[in-house]
Amino acid sequence: MNVLYGLLEPDDGEIIIDGSPRTFANPREAMAAGIGMVHQHFMLVDVFTVTENLMLGREGGPVLNPGAARKRVQELSSRYGMPVEPDALVEDLPVGVQQRVEILKALANDARFLVFDEPTAVLTPQEIDDLMRVMQSLRDEGKGIVFITHKLREVRAIADRITVMRRGAIVGQAQPHSSEADLAELMVGRAVDLRVGKAPAHPAGTRLAVRDLRVANSAGGIVVDGLSFDVAGGEILCVAGVQGNGQSELADALLGNIAPLSGEILMDGVSLAKASPHATITAGMGFVPEDRETDGFVASFSIAENLILNRSTDAEFATGLALNWGAIRDNAEARKEEFDIRAQSVSDPISSLSGGNKQKVILARELSRPLAVLVASQPTRGVDVGAIEFLHKRIVAERDQGTAVLLVSTELDEVEALADRVLVMYRGTLVGIVPPDTPREVLGLMMAGVPFEEATKVEAATPTKEDFHG
Amino acid sequence: MTTVDPMSLMDDAPIHLEVTESRAARRARLSTGGLLVALGAVLALLAFGARGDAAFALSDAFATVPLPTIVVPGMATALMCGFLTAIVGAGFLSGKLTGSLRTWAAVVAGFAVAFGFIAWAGSGSAFPFPVANQLSGTIVLATPLVFGALAGVLCENAGVVNVSIEGEFLVAAFTAATVGSITGSLVAALIAAMAAGVAMAALLALFSIKYLVDQVVLGVVLNLLASGITGFLFDQLIQPNSATLNAAPQLPRVAIPGLSAIPLLGPALFNQSPLVYLAVLAVVVVALLLYRTRWGLRVRSVGEHPEAADTVGINVRRTRWMAVLVGGLFAGLGGAYFTIGSTGGFIKDITVGNGFIALAAVIMGRWHPVRAAFMALFFGFVTQLASQLQSLNAPMPSQFLLMLPYLATIVAVAGLIGRSRGPKADGVPYTK
Repeated sequence: MNVLYGLLEPDDGEIIIDGSPRTFANPREAMAAGIGMVHQHFMLVDVFTVTENLMLGREGGPVLNPGAARKRVQELSSRYGMPVEPDALVEDLPVGVQQRVEILKALANDARFLVFDEPTAVLTPQEIDDLMRVMQSLRDEGKGIVFITHKLREVRAIADRITVMRRGAIVGQAQPHSSEADLAELMVGRAVDLRVGKAPAHPAGTRLAVRDLRVANSAGGIVVDGLSFDVAGGEILCVAGVQGNGQSELADALLGNIAPLSGEILMDGVSLAKASPHATITAGMGFVPEDRETDGFVASFSIAENLILNRSTDAEFATGLALNWGAIRDNAEARKEEFDIRAQSVSDPISSLSGGNKQKVILARELSRPLAVLVASQPTRGVDVGAIEFLHKRIVAERDQGTAVLLVSTELDEVEALADRVLVMYRGTLVGIVPPDTPREVLGLMMAGVPFEEATKVEAATPTKEDFHG
Repeated sequence: MTTVDPMSLMDDAPIHLEVTESRAARRARLSTGGLLVALGAVLALLAFGARGDAAFALSDAFATVPLPTIVVPGMATALMCGFLTAIVGAGFLSGKLTGSLRTWAAVVAGFAVAFGFIAWAGSGSAFPFPVANQLSGTIVLATPLVFGALAGVLCENAGVVNVSIEGEFLVAAFTAATVGSITGSLVAALIAAMAAGVAMAALLALFSIKYLVDQVVLGVVLNLLASGITGFLFDQLIQPNSATLNAAPQLPRVAIPGLSAIPLLGPALFNQSPLVYLAVLAVVVVALLLYRTRWGLRVRSVGEHPEAADTVGINVRRTRWMAVLVGGLFAGLGGAYFTIGSTGGFIKDITVGNGFIALAAVIMGRWHPVRAAFMALFFGFVTQLASQLQSLNAPMPSQFLLMLPYLATIVAVAGLIGRSRGPKADGVPYTK
């Protein structure tokens, strides 16, 4: 897609617009040809206002005219039915609104073709509905839309035509009425079992207890506000919520990476509220960080080294100051086998692996010792369908061994597949704890802060709502 | 039956979380408070060493309108100022001072520190403290810092760290002196200085933007290069022929009619070198450029999020090049001030670290041209104070006084400012 937008130059091949082949040396040429892009990581300057972001690159003269630019923003926003506040700083806006700005940016340039790169990853179900409506109305206006996603449900809900890519090559075409299983098979290249074969949970006693937890982020905002819940051994509690509602800080506080302002964290009855990450890990907490690339591993270290990153002082792997390379290597070979890590050699740097295999390394590291609690954040983000299947099965297997699993996920598919109970968080507070078979619409409303009872009522009152997410 | 529109429950407004004090803000508040209490205590202790009355002369002997000389008791004044500072510090520590009150309290404390310190140091001296000299010296010393800070502000807003302001100064100072000596023309000297500044900036841009060299290391190397080349040429070429090659004319003082007649402030502010007025103008111009023009918007965007700029068709590298070169222009003017703006002649390493102080002003001014200029004034004030006190036989070693500006820099950066957020992509080379 970056080639299409002129960010990268193609090695070979051509782009044909209206019958004539085109090449784009830079995004300006692509834009001039009518291509607009909505990037997965928004191309917005955080410290600029909405207006400044929209006028960047098309200022209309050497001296800025904020008044005229603001008017243009308002026109665009009302024409396409996407409300934005022109003078708000982008960094203060919710993600869904930031995305709206990103779409308006493409439209401001009179784009005829819009490319959406994984646009739904960061949105609430309601925001996704909104986006789908916007995409449909744009299509009806005569714009061509390329919608890149790995969420099968969304593809089937909106697409007129489906093209499946695997490892850079087109592997097939499909119709919107194709089944999810067929699509998944095309994507992975083999039959995929989308359902997680999960026996009912047998919760034993409480292993993780959180009481009145309050956590501030680095800017001082109270992002976890008075949260209390229990997780029993042998059950998976999913924390559902839109990205940025305090889940990241909750996980960090559980690990001991951020000291909570107040409240209590008990693992098997032992207080961890003031414990360091090292103490927490030693006490038996497994931790899969949300941002694999920055927090999950050391990129230049080998797979074998990354597999013992949190156990480098264990007697098994170290004698005094010296590391026991034989044991480290044997351990790595065993984990590679057990977790189906697709790598040439365990001494390759972990950065050479695909996202799914990196995540397998992390999970292998965390699950290779007896755990009381496993805290996993977004364990399958940016991971292919085949690896998701594997990772999910391993997490369920860990649960069945009696570990208490706290799974933070913004993907309702994942929540539905794994959860024994669902805890919905909104702006740092607990909206409710509900069973996993709660309708998606209700979960979606709860993720927007509507309490369970009210969400159920609203849902019942709007039965004809277009259904994009189940 | 309730009919609630689900969309009405959605929230498009900016998020306003309940906010406690952020860790960074708390640390800044506590360290500022601690610093002020410590300064107050030091001042109060020093007060007991005061040797009598301290006199402040509001006008010097040449003033057209003579102003009175104010005499205050040294010990009592220093003691009072010390207490005042400590009280403000305690206010910071307790967290009771908030909002604009806090800003004003900090300003009051700043004045109290300066006034109390002067009252102590000048007490018992045979001569009164020359207030007019202090003001005009502040301006004189701050001018090159203002130019240097503007160079830094432009570079760093575009995402290029500029440690080599010092080197740009030095080469420009040298060029101004030499060209001024040869041609005898001040205009030619100024233009040559600007060209030299731009040439040094071009080196910075070439290696940082095109060849992606680490920008801090690069800056240090460029400074060494500037020092080496000017030193070499000075020894081999200039000094043997100093009568012809190191005798540049000096920029004359220009009095602004009317304004320069204001008692006290007039001679200090409105009877200065043209470069001083140019510096004030330059601050306004840079502020307008950065925040009111297409060019400025683009410069700031490539310093914050170059990928975003690229995706809307902005040429990131060219924009960075431009910003660095325009910065070099201002650094060149700042450099010229050391030679033709002062005695006219060049000596080795004449800029004595001013480029680094200018860089400190950039950071303390949080990458904003106007705030950075005020920080430059602050450094000018402290430097001038140190030299004034030396001539008053202040009761402390002269080496300590020479150290004062740098000490003030460290204290101010560490305590009063704390961490501040610069352009996000500052120092990050752009590669596709």
